Amino acid sequence: MNPERAERAERAAARIRSNPEHARRLLHQMLRVRRFEEKCVELYSAAKIRGFMHVYIGEEAVAAGVLATLEPGDAVVATYREHGHALLHGVAAGAILAEMYGFEQGCCHGRGGSMHLFDAATRFFGGNAIVAGGLPVAVGLALADKMTGRSRVTVCFFGEGAVAEGEFHESLNLAALWQLPVLFCCENNLYAMGTALGRSESQTDLALKAASYEIPAWPVDGMDVLAVEEAARRAVSAVRAGSGPHFLELRTYRFRAHSMYDPERYREKAEVSQWLERDPIDLLRGAVEAAGELSETQWSEVQAQVDAEVQAAVDFAEAGTLEPVEELTRHVYTDRAATDLDATDRDATDRKRP
Amino acid sequence: MKRTAMTTTYREAMREAIREALQRDDRVFLMGEDVGAYGGCFAVSLGLLEEFGPERIRDTPLSEAGFVGAGIGAALGGMRPIIEIMTVNFSLLALDQIMNNAATLSHMSGGQFSVPVVIRMTTGAGRQLAAQHSHSLEGWYAHIPGLRILAPATVADARGMLWTALTDPDPVLIFEHGSLYNTSGELGDDAGAVDIDTAAIRRPGADVSLITYGGTLPTVLEAATQLMKEGIDAEVLDLRTLRPLDDSAILATVARTHRAVVVDEGWRSGSISAEISARITEAAFFDLDAPVGRVCSAEVPLPYAKHLEQAALPSVARVIAAAREAVGQHG
Ligand SMILES: Cc1ncc(C[n+]2csc(CCOP(=O)(O)OP(=O)(O)O)c2C)c(N)n1
Ligand SMILES: [Mg+2]
Repeated sequence: MNPERAERAERAAARIRSNPEHARRLLHQMLRVRRFEEKCVELYSAAKIRGFMHVYIGEEAVAAGVLATLEPGDAVVATYREHGHALLHGVAAGAILAEMYGFEQGCCHGRGGSMHLFDAATRFFGGNAIVAGGLPVAVGLALADKMTGRSRVTVCFFGEGAVAEGEFHESLNLAALWQLPVLFCCENNLYAMGTALGRSESQTDLALKAASYEIPAWPVDGMDVLAVEEAARRAVSAVRAGSGPHFLELRTYRFRAHSMYDPERYREKAEVSQWLERDPIDLLRGAVEAAGELSETQWSEVQAQVDAEVQAAVDFAEAGTLEPVEELTRHVYTDRAATDLDATDRDATDRKRP
Repeated sequence: MKRTAMTTTYREAMREAIREALQRDDRVFLMGEDVGAYGGCFAVSLGLLEEFGPERIRDTPLSEAGFVGAGIGAALGGMRPIIEIMTVNFSLLALDQIMNNAATLSHMSGGQFSVPVVIRMTTGAGRQLAAQHSHSLEGWYAHIPGLRILAPATVADARGMLWTALTDPDPVLIFEHGSLYNTSGELGDDAGAVDIDTAAIRRPGADVSLITYGGTLPTVLEAATQLMKEGIDAEVLDLRTLRPLDDSAILATVARTHRAVVVDEGWRSGSISAEISARITEAAFFDLDAPVGRVCSAEVPLPYAKHLEQAALPSVARVIAAAREAVGQHG
């Protein structure tokens, strides 16, 4: 082990020992996403789930680390690879899975599917299948908070592929210009479908790029959930304190194909295996064990809990029903009869909370 | 009670509408390119910066996708933004946000979210601005479920549609024809919100229905005046709202006159005028005494030279010719 790694391991061990409960919780959170998505893949093969589906397997430390730092009321905007973000931000696994089944009991009544998960109660604003399409919306959510003097944070996740889009540039510029409370989390998994970062960006140092907008930005080892959490905590508290937007480049890797239809012609098996050695779940599990804070029994318990949750989600989804086709054109416009639109409505988001 | 009426311009009426909205609701703010220090590229927001300050009269960089998307996000976050886009042509840079976010979020979220944003923009030709500043694309936008499309053509609608649009929980696009800003009309000092659901008869008549909206309304009214001199009594229907269309008003006027001409500054192919014509033939075919006529812009990117531009646009003469055709008088 090189000295830098050794020092980091020592720090991690100290951190784990200072709050082993929390470390085990992070492990639990990552495993929830992993097992849930493994089940999704299985159900996709069984044709229970259709459409485009993108899994996050390998990248769990990013969502788990960042979302652990949020407070109730903070908003999340994500991409089409968002099952994990939804789950960890508090959307029920059953509602997510039922959504992918296209059932009425899904979190969007089957209108959205895998790529468009939404949840007003937890302020989860999607699920966006347009690369970079969520960035301007996140900027606007942050603008609303700033204009009304609320101390909420909006976290916006996007892939490194989005960095090449014009909306990325416009959004970072606006957020910095207006000093808005938004945290940009760039999930750099090195590929946008089959396009490697070096084939799409003239400047591949993404934190440097973000810094050119006068946004504090730094790269983070996205396979190390403790490092992600530490960086995110620093960034989120700065954002919440009014220091304007921050940017994290989370260096990670997707272990699976881009979507369910990807023969992976663009990367070497050896590269994938190298990254598999840094599986974020194995890394944390190893570290917690090494710190003497994860017994066999504890690990079994974590697994059993996760398996039970996933099974319950499958049972919930399997029991789902189809929305009557007569309701096809519902929700294109707001149902005014069912919505309180009077002058006391001060917040569209709060209004829709159950 | 005696009401005092005063003459005001379309531009002033729009400004007054924005001012009233800012005063009435602290969630409302205006955002766009040069709306503040410059006073608005068409001077609509002139003076508002001084009155309301830079937070609520918010100048943006040249970032149509960025600030339109930010308006959508702010609406989701509980604000009531008025977004100004300089012209419809530039709105194409924000089409992703309008089409893929504003118009879809309510439905994709299963009704959990509404996007109460208002997006205003200038549309139309007639000022020799050539093919990147002159098009009428409101018909395109009217194609999109999830949006409401308004085209105020009168001073009263310029004054009154905005507030109603702001109380709508869903995204509303307001198209202001550039040639209308200097038009003027009478406005009572109690003028205020108007409905945004119905079409309006601007001139009753018995012989032929001239159906139009926005910038071509003055052209059509002038044509109707001239037609009367030759004994053709035209009814003029101002659609006001392009989505959803007021089908009952369209069918009612056709039922009265049995003849219809649709006048639209958009191109003819695949247009809102085609849609209206189709609805008439679908629902009122047996009321018709003549085929539905159409007066649209020539199928060309609008040219700069004045004579060519004028030749491309619906004119009083072309409306008159189409009306004569409909009532069976030729030449
Ligand atoms: C505007 C747009 N262009 C193209 C696509 C097709 N597409 C879907 S995902 C993707 C790759 C995006 O890569 P990245 O942003 O790195 O995210 P990742 O999939 O790696 O998480 C592309 C090109 C799209 N959805 N939206
Ligand atoms: Mg990527």
